Amino acid sequence: MSDKKYWQSFAELNNREEVQKRSKDEFGEELPFEDLDESVLNAKTPRRDFLKYLGFSTAAATIAASCEVPVRKAMPYVNRPENLTPGVPKYFASTYVQDGDVVPVVVKVRDGRPIKIEGNSLYPFTLGGTSPRTQASVLDLYDMYRTPHPKRKSATGFQELPTFEQADTQIASALAAATAPVVLLTSTIVSPSTKQIITGFLGRYPGSRHVQYDAVSYSGLIRAYGGRIPAHNFDKADLVISLGADFLGTWLAPVEAARSWSMKRKINEKAIAMSKHYQFESFLSMTGANADERFTHRPSETGAVALALLAALGGGATAPALDANLTKAIQRVAADVKTHSGRAIIVCGSNDPNVQAVVREVNRLAGSVGNTIDTGTTLNFRQGDDAAMATLVDDMTAGRVGALLIYGANPVYDYFDADKFKAGLAKVKLTVSFNEKMDETTGMCQYALPTHHYLESWGDAEPRSGYISFIQPTIYPLFKTRPFQTSLLKWSGNNTDYDTFFRTYWAGRLGSQAALDKALQDGVLANGQSVAPTILNAVVDTVRTIGAPIAATNTPVTTTISTGASTDLASAVAAIAAIPKVTGNEVVLYQQVNLLTGKQAGNPWLLELPDPITKATWDNYAMISTTKAKALGIEYEGMEYEYYMDKPVIELTANGKKITLPVLVIPGMNADTIAVAVGYGRSAAFAKATAGTGKNVFPFARFNATTRTIEYHNNVTTSAKPIDESYKVARIQTHNSYEGRTEVVKETTLATFKAKPNAFKEFRDELKADYASKTGNYAAEATLYPDPALRRNEIKWGMSIDLNSCIGCGACVVACHLENNVPVVGKNEVLRAHEMHWLRIDRYFVTDEKAPDNVKAVVFQPMLCQHCDNAPCENVCPVAATMHNSEGVNQMAYNRCIGTRYCANNCPYKVRRFNWGDYTGSSTHGKLGPDSGVGKLNEVVHQMNDELTRMVLNPDVVTRSRGVMEKCTFCVQRTQLGKLQAKMENRPLGGDEVQSACAQACPTSAIVFGNVHDKGSTITKTRAENEGRLFYVIESVHTLPNVNYLAKIRNTDEIIVGENNANEHARQQESEPVTPQHEPATDEHK
Amino acid sequence: MNFLPPIVKKGALAGFVFLLSYISVIAQDGKAIFQSQCQSCHALDKTVTGPALRGVEERGPWTDRKNLVKWVHNPGGFIPTTPYTQQLAAQFGGQVMPSFPQLSEAEINSIFDYIKTAPAAGTGGSGPTQPIGAGAGQESGNGELVFGIISIVLAVIALILMQVNSSLKKLSDDKERILRPEAVPFYRNKVYIALFALVFFVVGGFYVAKSAIGLGRQQGYQPTQPIYFSHKVHAGLNQINCLYCHGSAWESKHAGIPTLNICMNCHKSINTYEKGPQLHDEDGKEINGTAEINKLYQYAGFTPGPGAVWDPLKAKSPEWVKIHNLPDHVYFNHAQHTKVGGVACQSCHGNIQEMDKVYQASSLSMGWCINCHRESKVNFNYNDSSGNKFYSIYEKFHNDIRTGKMDSITVKDIGGLECQKCHY
Repeated sequence: MSDKKYWQSFAELNNREEVQKRSKDEFGEELPFEDLDESVLNAKTPRRDFLKYLGFSTAAATIAASCEVPVRKAMPYVNRPENLTPGVPKYFASTYVQDGDVVPVVVKVRDGRPIKIEGNSLYPFTLGGTSPRTQASVLDLYDMYRTPHPKRKSATGFQELPTFEQADTQIASALAAATAPVVLLTSTIVSPSTKQIITGFLGRYPGSRHVQYDAVSYSGLIRAYGGRIPAHNFDKADLVISLGADFLGTWLAPVEAARSWSMKRKINEKAIAMSKHYQFESFLSMTGANADERFTHRPSETGAVALALLAALGGGATAPALDANLTKAIQRVAADVKTHSGRAIIVCGSNDPNVQAVVREVNRLAGSVGNTIDTGTTLNFRQGDDAAMATLVDDMTAGRVGALLIYGANPVYDYFDADKFKAGLAKVKLTVSFNEKMDETTGMCQYALPTHHYLESWGDAEPRSGYISFIQPTIYPLFKTRPFQTSLLKWSGNNTDYDTFFRTYWAGRLGSQAALDKALQDGVLANGQSVAPTILNAVVDTVRTIGAPIAATNTPVTTTISTGASTDLASAVAAIAAIPKVTGNEVVLYQQVNLLTGKQAGNPWLLELPDPITKATWDNYAMISTTKAKALGIEYEGMEYEYYMDKPVIELTANGKKITLPVLVIPGMNADTIAVAVGYGRSAAFAKATAGTGKNVFPFARFNATTRTIEYHNNVTTSAKPIDESYKVARIQTHNSYEGRTEVVKETTLATFKAKPNAFKEFRDELKADYASKTGNYAAEATLYPDPALRRNEIKWGMSIDLNSCIGCGACVVACHLENNVPVVGKNEVLRAHEMHWLRIDRYFVTDEKAPDNVKAVVFQPMLCQHCDNAPCENVCPVAATMHNSEGVNQMAYNRCIGTRYCANNCPYKVRRFNWGDYTGSSTHGKLGPDSGVGKLNEVVHQMNDELTRMVLNPDVVTRSRGVMEKCTFCVQRTQLGKLQAKMENRPLGGDEVQSACAQACPTSAIVFGNVHDKGSTITKTRAENEGRLFYVIESVHTLPNVNYLAKIRNTDEIIVGENNANEHARQQESEPVTPQHEPATDEHK
Repeated sequence: MNFLPPIVKKGALAGFVFLLSYISVIAQDGKAIFQSQCQSCHALDKTVTGPALRGVEERGPWTDRKNLVKWVHNPGGFIPTTPYTQQLAAQFGGQVMPSFPQLSEAEINSIFDYIKTAPAAGTGGSGPTQPIGAGAGQESGNGELVFGIISIVLAVIALILMQVNSSLKKLSDDKERILRPEAVPFYRNKVYIALFALVFFVVGGFYVAKSAIGLGRQQGYQPTQPIYFSHKVHAGLNQINCLYCHGSAWESKHAGIPTLNICMNCHKSINTYEKGPQLHDEDGKEINGTAEINKLYQYAGFTPGPGAVWDPLKAKSPEWVKIHNLPDHVYFNHAQHTKVGGVACQSCHGNIQEMDKVYQASSLSMGWCINCHRESKVNFNYNDSSGNKFYSIYEKFHNDIRTGKMDSITVKDIGGLECQKCHY
């Protein structure tokens, strides 16, 4: 028997029957009859009344019908801009930069409005990949809460300054009069030209300095490498070991890391091999969920684990005392490292320079330096320096700072000791904030001089040394804003604005205006593609001049800590060994893939994006282990816990601060660890509609006075039992159910797959034989329709999703939001299972049947309309609003739909979404009343319907009105446009020419889309080359989907028995929740 | 020639015919190309944005056609090569003609052939000027009125006769002392009431259903525009190509309303409306064409006069009233229909070149769209390059045509009736 079990929630794991019973009710919701008064239900409606109503409604309809159609005006351009054709989108290369996060992008501009972000495929490290934050950033441009003009604070609050010049005069004189140093406080600056401007500005004010501060800092890593972070090349690593680094989701450069990591996770069935990924962590992170094997420990033990690994590799340290299982695991990992010398990479999420120094030594012993870790290339994503920040706050408190200019940083919200910062800020004579929005810090400054959004700006970024990615404006600034660089230039006596400075700077560096134009068109300067290598060499490392080169390959580590005290490995080891053992609970602060540190926390798309692990939206919460849940007396295995959104609330106390948070019980957590996401709990001034979502837990971080770095874990005390209240957390995982049907996900181990590469295929062949016993071809044998093979050269759209490289980040979900005008419904509606995502990512835990807390794997399965060729939804629509087309797409005609929801009930994949409310204002002519929808809609829905926000809508896709069903269309607007383009150019359509929004956004190319009838297309090749892993979800119900999946393979040596021949059970559709692997082994005993 | 197989002869003959037709196409093209590409800046006999073109081949370097071709392909590059062109550039204030690299040498030759042979102004022969039968509608309207009046009169007479008949009958009954019950007046007669109710429901129902179906449809919609712009004068009399103003109809989903700079291309020099027929609005009131051009100048912020320069920064855009509206849930792409489908503008917009004031000629209803998709044939002959190569993927249809199973392909056959061709 297999000891494996797939499940989505504890309730499903333990109460299968009841879960199945509940899932019969598609929408899981009582009809609102209790709202109706008894008297209404029992009232007799006299015949006359009936006739009156009838007459009235007829008359009303007649009057409505005789209404004039509104007069629509059309105003042409006065002088049409060059190259602009109304209705034809233009694409401009640019760069998404948020703090240090850099993703080269291509912006789709339609009639002067940026409406979609794609990755720039010319950049060799992302190859067109994006993150959910990148995708959603276009909505920040149209954020109605942006600061619309420069402001100055007076006694009564902020007053508008009529011009920037007025601010310039006031601030310049204040700066000139400053007696103490001027400090420029920014988040990480990756722009070479900005760095030059800053240098010029600092030169003008003697004693002034520039402090870079990141909300979640990488100081430890930077210091361990002597001031710069070397490039981590996961694509060269056959062995990946992560000590608490969530590098696929949030750590350092997640989009680049996800791309390079995934290259070693794609399986070639002719030579089956993949990288091995171990994860040591204290809670279940997204990267941990994608690991082959993971082990948990306390947050304070990260150093000990690193040390133990160093000891096991013979690195001159004694292994600290750790849990026996953990020690055994570390021994095994160390043995693996030894066999993978030069092909391993070890990364660590700790911000302790001592731990990072040890990890650096481990990497050196593993032969990574020079191979997987490229010390010749610097990563500039994070440059924040905790020590410098701490010094600054001390200086501010002591009154030693004359003026503080803040750009991109928000310490009042995200500094661990925000109170001290606030007190210090009050003592600074001149405080200026350049932030785009009235965030917590800006609200406390004297001047708010808003800067452009990146889509309105010129700019540049050097994420890696030698790779420049440019920013160019895609829209005229919406508000009276000015680049902060222009302000600095003005205040340093240079009267050029940043636009001019930028062009002169780069035209000079690249040699000519033409070279700059070419570079801007490509967006990136990459080796040999856009510019000559000589020029490229000249621009290397312009963003970063500090820091000595990283030591060569084979010398032992000697780390210089920037505070002056020099540390070698021995003292680092000693410092780690001296970390006291914690016995109580510990809290670990983590970043969520959608929000990171919360800079985009006003973005409704990101807030409604479910967390990959918990599938919760709109809030943060305390993730606790099952052990802790039992200790708190939380009945997490019952139906009540999963099916009611009310979650118990506990009190957490750390740093003397008390925060109450709802609790989510998650498997795979360290027993004593409580994990809470940062980035939530923003102020109402920052984003009114999203204020009050979650709590700010940055105050739980602590400062390590010895290393002068911030630690994102802390000792915590919790209330002994849940406090006497509950809190509703809007989770989506239990909203859709397969009613216990098996074979939804397929997953196996590498060893099993190698032993029986055809197990999945044989299973499929059996099914085929069942449905078409003579030929095995259902379409030819068992339907009345003409044989589709006759039309095999025409277009048929298909999609393939590789579960092995899907990391669950959600970039596709947000991309789908943008592309298809999918509405945001707000927390209240998500609580009622009314979320509208056309594409969701289902998360399945794979655990030991005996020990559900032992998470063996987590499978992420993007689930969207499968476009079944034998679609159950099509047969049951009474008005034929959904039907098939000749390209294999299941179509949905919204305006024909009358809202019976039969189709959704009959859909085995639960991918159809019903508009319960008027989320887009389509039913009310764009005017959303306060009580629109069923019940009251959240403020955020009104924000999404603001005139400014609506500029983000894709004009090629209609917004749907209340009462209609909607679902994935395979991006029909793109396929149609692709065909039109081909026709206009008088040629056949290429098989890969059209990409669905989700496929294009995917950072790991897990989703492949294209014409399956085109023999040269990637989709055709993917299907042909991965026959062994290919499966269709619940193929046994015979819907003939056009979306196929490739089974997930875990790289472990475990042999799962009974992997094949599970057909009999599948057909019976009973037994275990979701598992094809429970047949007694047959081959094993032979 | 007898030794040649018949197929070759046929081929040669076909080739010869093709060549002849090709030549005549070129000759006709000269005028068309002139109108679409040159006329916005050049007139034959008048210096407008550019110099008058009649007799151009007797001037300066233009005696050599090769120079003309070079010039059209790249005027900026040609200017410094001859003193004549340098002087020409100075004369026009440095304003240089845009280059037309897309025109082939043959096309350029055809333009100048046309210029050479074009009839002198006033001799007529350009543009259809036939009067429009405006009276026809009037007549039919009168006919209906006459028939209506006659019907009503007849109905009244019938009613009177019926009353007279019943009165006479009553009198005769009285006379003969036959006692009959008091006659029920017709408005209380149940038969009449039932009949009336039935007629009311049928007629009322018909109109309710008809207007409900027509909800939001605007066939015949003819709003008054901020400027009385006559398509008849522009597209009809002056034969300006539709795409000259609505260029994006060729490449975009929107046909686009011409931007003011396109109007001003010509109207910088055309300041008055003189030669065309008198314009009338729908009530028969006279419209002063020159005054309407002046309205354009007000929007454009332009004062006409010799050497006047137009500054687009002073202009403001007129608020045209959109006539052809589709519901939001309909996706319509002009390029698909014009460039790909080869559908003439008039197929949907009516005889626009004869409309002084534009109205919506078609119903733009779904049934109307669908009907066209059912009937319109798709040109599949990509082999002789008259059809679109995109359609090469429809192998089955090509086979069916070859084997005679089908004789033509309509839009319907290639998915033109599928919901998500237009609704998404």
